[in-house]
Amino acid sequence: MTAKILVGKGSCGIAAGANVVFDALSSGVRESGVDCPVTITSCVGMCYLEPIVDVIDAKGVKNTYVRMDQKGAGELVKALKGEDSAVAQYLISDADAGVLSAQRRVALLNCGIINPELIGEYLAADGYKAAEKCLKEKTPEQVIDEIKISGLAGRGGAGFPTWFKWSAARSSKGDKKYVICNADEGDPGAFMDRAIIEGDPHVLIEGMLIAAYAIGSDEGVVYVRAEYPLAITRLEIAIEQARDAGYLGNNLFGSGFSFDMRIKAGAGAFVCGEETALIASLEGERGMPRLKPPFPAQKGFWQQPSNINNVETFANVPWIIRNGGAAFSAMGTENSKGTKVFALTGKIAKGGLVEIPMGQTIRDVVYGVGGGIKDGRAFKAVQMGGPSGGCIPAGLIDTQIDYKTLGATGAIMGSGGMVVMDDTTCMVDMARFFLDFTCKESCGKCVQCRIGTKRMLETLERICEGEGREGDIELLERLANQVKDASLCGLGQTAPNPVLTTIRYFRNEYEDHVYNKKCTARQCKPLLTYSIEPEKCIGCTLCAKKCPNDAIAGEVKKLHVIDMDKCVKCGKCVDVCKFNAVIVE
Amino acid sequence: MSCNCLENKTWICTDPSIDVSLLEPTLEKYTDSKGSIIPILQAAQNLYGYLPTDLIAYISRRAGIKPSKVMGVVTFYAQFRTKPIGKHLIMLCKGTACHVNGASMIEEAIRENLGVEEGAITPDGLFTYNNVACIGCCSLSPVMMIGDDTFGMLTKEKVAEVLDGIRAREAEGVSE
Repeated sequence: MTAKILVGKGSCGIAAGANVVFDALSSGVRESGVDCPVTITSCVGMCYLEPIVDVIDAKGVKNTYVRMDQKGAGELVKALKGEDSAVAQYLISDADAGVLSAQRRVALLNCGIINPELIGEYLAADGYKAAEKCLKEKTPEQVIDEIKISGLAGRGGAGFPTWFKWSAARSSKGDKKYVICNADEGDPGAFMDRAIIEGDPHVLIEGMLIAAYAIGSDEGVVYVRAEYPLAITRLEIAIEQARDAGYLGNNLFGSGFSFDMRIKAGAGAFVCGEETALIASLEGERGMPRLKPPFPAQKGFWQQPSNINNVETFANVPWIIRNGGAAFSAMGTENSKGTKVFALTGKIAKGGLVEIPMGQTIRDVVYGVGGGIKDGRAFKAVQMGGPSGGCIPAGLIDTQIDYKTLGATGAIMGSGGMVVMDDTTCMVDMARFFLDFTCKESCGKCVQCRIGTKRMLETLERICEGEGREGDIELLERLANQVKDASLCGLGQTAPNPVLTTIRYFRNEYEDHVYNKKCTARQCKPLLTYSIEPEKCIGCTLCAKKCPNDAIAGEVKKLHVIDMDKCVKCGKCVDVCKFNAVIVE
Repeated sequence: MSCNCLENKTWICTDPSIDVSLLEPTLEKYTDSKGSIIPILQAAQNLYGYLPTDLIAYISRRAGIKPSKVMGVVTFYAQFRTKPIGKHLIMLCKGTACHVNGASMIEEAIRENLGVEEGAITPDGLFTYNNVACIGCCSLSPVMMIGDDTFGMLTKEKVAEVLDGIRAREAEGVSE
């Protein structure tokens, strides 16, 4: 007897085809007359296995089917009817099931388990108990103390102690105070905040409610990226349900405390991740940062004391209140407490979201949870912290994941993006990629950031195009330090990090580009040469026919030759050759 | 010297293709809430597909904010566009994970398939493609979004398949 079927409908699951699977299961179950509701959950973090379907029987035993499709849905319906079925081939392997058991879930506790669109399921998972405990049994000071004991630090990137911000906002005088959630997850390569809002929106509401009580605020705003439509929809539903159920509004839990919140969709500006820029954007201005102090805790939204935390930070709060700050600080290291969610992507075998206690090593994450590098290639580096972070090379794979140790490598913890790179990734090109991003996203207020990043980008482009000059590497280092020193906000202060870390660990690659005009990762096209291997070429003429610039000469059944003077390095010949005869160096 | 561009309260949007009455509920909703120019512009772009200069001027008058300031907001945020787009907007993710997994190759495939550069409309009016920073679907990189649909694990072949599929559906819709 089956109790229910759960289809993972996070953004990633939907992109992989979860809607098709959901529809097929719904209609299949309905037509077959099997008594079993088909419902949804969100991303459990194993994005590489999507679409994922969980079947939970009446005893609560769960079977997980992965990489489902329409056919798999049909087989599953057959199995439910007790007919012969090939659904077992979709069952999750033990190795993949191990990906989840190797983690420790706090912020992602309910993600991929509950239906994010039903408040009842959140309540059944002890939802809003933490808020009730705070409002009924604790003073705001006691709440802040509990967070202090937990050692929770801001998960958005800066790692500032959460209790300190709350305490500062509490002690600031103002007619009105605001709790703001920064869900403007702009780091390319990071999506934990999206996953939390899509998968467990009530945990964010509860976390914000507790923060509001602690600082004495009655109004909350969630600043969400407009690029996350599903997250916005689910949060809207959750806010509505929380209001109806009496978890948002006046006189909550009969305590006399009131709090309500709303969503503000961002309009696409990376710099709005910076607190003061975010506030400017909320006020309808261009999102440009301003000098601190005054800090937002003193003068924030509409000049009132405001507390801004990241989604993941808020998501940890209910767990901390329920289990005690000490239970949270028992996880992690001396200077970094609790767990951290990472978005593991790039050239990784098992990409997705992982939550681990602080203090594990990069090796634990990449090889332990992530299953190593795609296609068995060599691990080259991992990029952490997005455009503000840096590349940690393979030689430092045993680096412990905590704020201090990561900081010492030149990278940062950041919001949790972990982009894995293999030997086909060019580190100079990576630096160019990030500078292209920060240069575009610089708000333009500080000269060094606005023009410095542009000059750095031009230098990097020159190097990648084979026009690198002697002294370019040193020029990059000099510019990097100037941009760092003379920028007002975090964007400019950290923008040179990707360049500095790649120069620090991969200087030889820069030198290869500049002096030898070679890109060993074969990514920088202008530095490549194309030739045809005589032993492999059978003279099929395909490459010559497809070459857009007539750079390949040769007759039928005779060896073809590429004229590098004419070659535009488009790579067409490599794509079309069926015999792998084109060599790229 | 003072600017009197806000004084003419009866100012009407001169572009006949824009029915400003559609925006009325939004303008009403935000009449008394300060700092709401971004949601108004977002709603306007949703309605009209883009923000023509005439419309920006109209909104600025109605909201009582100087046109230069509204324009400043429009040009600051990546989401706003001042030029029309094709029926289907393709957002190609150029985030880190997508970059590492070959997004530039996908861009080439899109460009070749559509025959236009970034931001331009295809001659049949069906498509415009834009590069975007990150759509948060990194685990399925390279990724593109068309409307509300996300397509992951892209290859050159898959791009062609998706775009041809849309064209075919559009052609069917026309003949029906």
